Amino acid sequence: MGSWLPECVSTYGPEIDRLFYVIYYVTGAVFFAVQLTLLTFVILYRHRDGRRATYTHGNTALEIAWTIAPSILLVILAFVSRSVWAEIKEHVPPSDVQLQVTAKQFNWEVAYPGPDGKLGTDDDVTMDNDVHVPVGKTVRVLLKSRDVIHSFFVPNLRFKQDAVPGHEIPTWFKVTKPGKYEIPCAELCGFGHSGMRGWLYVHPQAEYDAWARENHAAPVGAAAGQGS
Amino acid sequence: MSEAIRHAEARHAGAAHHEVGFIRHYVFSTDHKMIGKQFLTLGLFGLLMGGILALLVRWELAFPEQPVPGMGWVPEPTMFGGIIPPETYNAFFTMHATIMIFFAVMPILVGCFGNFLIPLMIGARDMAFPLLNMLSFWVGAVAAVIMFSSFFVAGGPAAAGWTSYAPLSANPVYTGVDWGQNLWCISLIVLGISSLMGSINYITTVVNMRAPGMTWFRLPLTIWALFITAVLLLLSLPVLTSALGMLLFDRMAGTHFFNPAGGGEPLLWQHLFWFFGHPEVYILILPAMGVASDVLSVFSRKPIFGYHAMAFSIMGIAFLSWIVWGHHMFQSGMSPALGTSFMMSTMVIAVPSAIKTFNWLGTLWRGNIRLTTPMLFAIGFVSMFVIGGLSGIYMASTPVDIFIHDTYYIVAHIHYVVFGGSIFGAFAAIYFWFPKMFGRMMNETLGKLHFWGTLIGFNWTFFPMHLLGLAGHMRRIYNPTQYDFLRPIQHWNEIITYGAFFLGASQLIFIVNFFWSMFAGKVASKNPWQANTLEWEAPSPPPHGNFPGPLPTVYRGPYEYSSPLVAEDYLPQARRLDSSPSAAAAH
Repeated sequence: MGSWLPECVSTYGPEIDRLFYVIYYVTGAVFFAVQLTLLTFVILYRHRDGRRATYTHGNTALEIAWTIAPSILLVILAFVSRSVWAEIKEHVPPSDVQLQVTAKQFNWEVAYPGPDGKLGTDDDVTMDNDVHVPVGKTVRVLLKSRDVIHSFFVPNLRFKQDAVPGHEIPTWFKVTKPGKYEIPCAELCGFGHSGMRGWLYVHPQAEYDAWARENHAAPVGAAAGQGS
Repeated sequence: MSEAIRHAEARHAGAAHHEVGFIRHYVFSTDHKMIGKQFLTLGLFGLLMGGILALLVRWELAFPEQPVPGMGWVPEPTMFGGIIPPETYNAFFTMHATIMIFFAVMPILVGCFGNFLIPLMIGARDMAFPLLNMLSFWVGAVAAVIMFSSFFVAGGPAAAGWTSYAPLSANPVYTGVDWGQNLWCISLIVLGISSLMGSINYITTVVNMRAPGMTWFRLPLTIWALFITAVLLLLSLPVLTSALGMLLFDRMAGTHFFNPAGGGEPLLWQHLFWFFGHPEVYILILPAMGVASDVLSVFSRKPIFGYHAMAFSIMGIAFLSWIVWGHHMFQSGMSPALGTSFMMSTMVIAVPSAIKTFNWLGTLWRGNIRLTTPMLFAIGFVSMFVIGGLSGIYMASTPVDIFIHDTYYIVAHIHYVVFGGSIFGAFAAIYFWFPKMFGRMMNETLGKLHFWGTLIGFNWTFFPMHLLGLAGHMRRIYNPTQYDFLRPIQHWNEIITYGAFFLGASQLIFIVNFFWSMFAGKVASKNPWQANTLEWEAPSPPPHGNFPGPLPTVYRGPYEYSSPLVAEDYLPQARRLDSSPSAAAAH
């Protein structure tokens, strides 16, 4: 099933995929064990004339074993997941590039800091649905919404975060490979939900610098943001 | 308490001989069995309507913006010459889920089998409050009429998803749906009143009206499950009702509970909705778990493995279901630290489900398994529920959830739980108790055909959805071919849709079997499955008052199959053995 995952091009993406595979192999083993046992029992103990079922009400040792074993497994899984989650969602690292995405029915409005390097000032550069970032740099995205809840989803980055009206949600990513990646909206946002999408353009450094000059956006580093 | 039972018995003994007219018998009945059948009728109608909506949704996903064959008559703006526009598509999947959850699975499992089975299986003549019971159904029926009528108002029915996330649902401007969403709220508020009356009745009946000797740990697991379900309903529905009231005020009275422009908080809706919504998932699955436990034991001719572990795991699931709601909100903007806490509780809630699965396997182990139709559905339930349970672990892990949240992986998961689980359980229950409800057996050959058609069609439809989800396919999108990264896998949407039509067609076998058997099936004996529980002491179908003569006395637990005490392979709860060391427990 893993081959269905889209190509992964963010720094934390491989960690998510690794966790996915850990769960995949564990649940896969349990799946086959349980289904094969079920099938075996149904065939082995099917009705035969003269057969009498074994009269038993259970086994306490077994009950304890199959309570404790999954508990331990699941708690370990939770702890392993915890650190990856904290890295992605709880601690936004110091950024090289900052931008702001404001969702609205049915577009992503992308704002780049202008030459002053600050977001929210008059010289901001805004465009709909096109997100341009340099490769290998930490990009901080401040996510907002104008109307209803949307969800900024970049399958190739393993990135997803709802944009909620009334909230400013800080997020980040670092892309490892230049290219053009789709940004669908993942949360139902009205009749135009389907087809609400943008593009993430990941440029090599020189190409990004040229793009920034051309569009009067701040160059890399000018907007070096604080982490959180 | 025995005093109370004697009083109730005297009252019902009088009623049993009293002939009632057509209206009192079939329409405004206070008999729990008739009310159960009324809920079954409502639920099966809901299943049919919800199923048709599902097929329309599947058509659109496989053949986007192409006219649906045979639907050209549907007036604009609902459809345009059979083409489903996006607004209608959103309304269809919203109403599909709403109807399936509230007007199909709940009426069948909780409404029908809760009503039909509780008095019969605990050895009572009726519910504690028969009039309240009647009201519960008719208030539910009014809720259904309100919900279905929303198809006919201007702007169409609700289209903000069955979760109706605010502010999309809170302001008509955002969806273009006006009265449809209002009626959606009103219908569910009314249905909440119905469920509240039902749950109070179930709880009171189980606590107070058990037959002599029916101690708590002699209750069949179906009753344990229905009892705990009633407790969940009683405690969770008022939260939904409050949230719906607030949503309705936002829509109609200009309040701003969920609108940030007026100081409201969109996430408040999600917290309230899922505080109800997660217990709701267990309201849908617990009765099916109880039914599967009973059916597996009967047809393995073997006591249920680990009865106490089974009963306590039901309670464990119910308790934990209150502290996991946040796992629906990992990507919602809720504090990520809170996400970590909810991940912990979510991982833990998988444990009682695992315990139940192992005990079901233990029940089959060294049994003498009869593969009747209800047994096939119960085994299918275990097999499918395992898939739904395991796929849940992926989204419990917060980082993995980042990717699969809001994708078809979630759609696959919920259908393995609610269809593979609840609806397989409901079919097991219908085939198993049909002889008690209608006095006739369902046809086994048609039943088995129905089972295999359903099992194959179900997996054909829903298993590939896991794969689409992993490819990133979002849920609730109208036209997948609008996305470059989904176009190469669009043929899977067609494959799934063919599966859905096969699954739908398989249900025709059930409809034929159900009605044919009701009038022309083989006449059922009192105890056709040679089962132990008290409902099989009553005639098929049971008369008003259930048990002719005195109420049965219970001497033992419900799962004494293949007991060494008797030559047959079953030992009913109500059979007195002279050598039996345990007479009726002092009550």
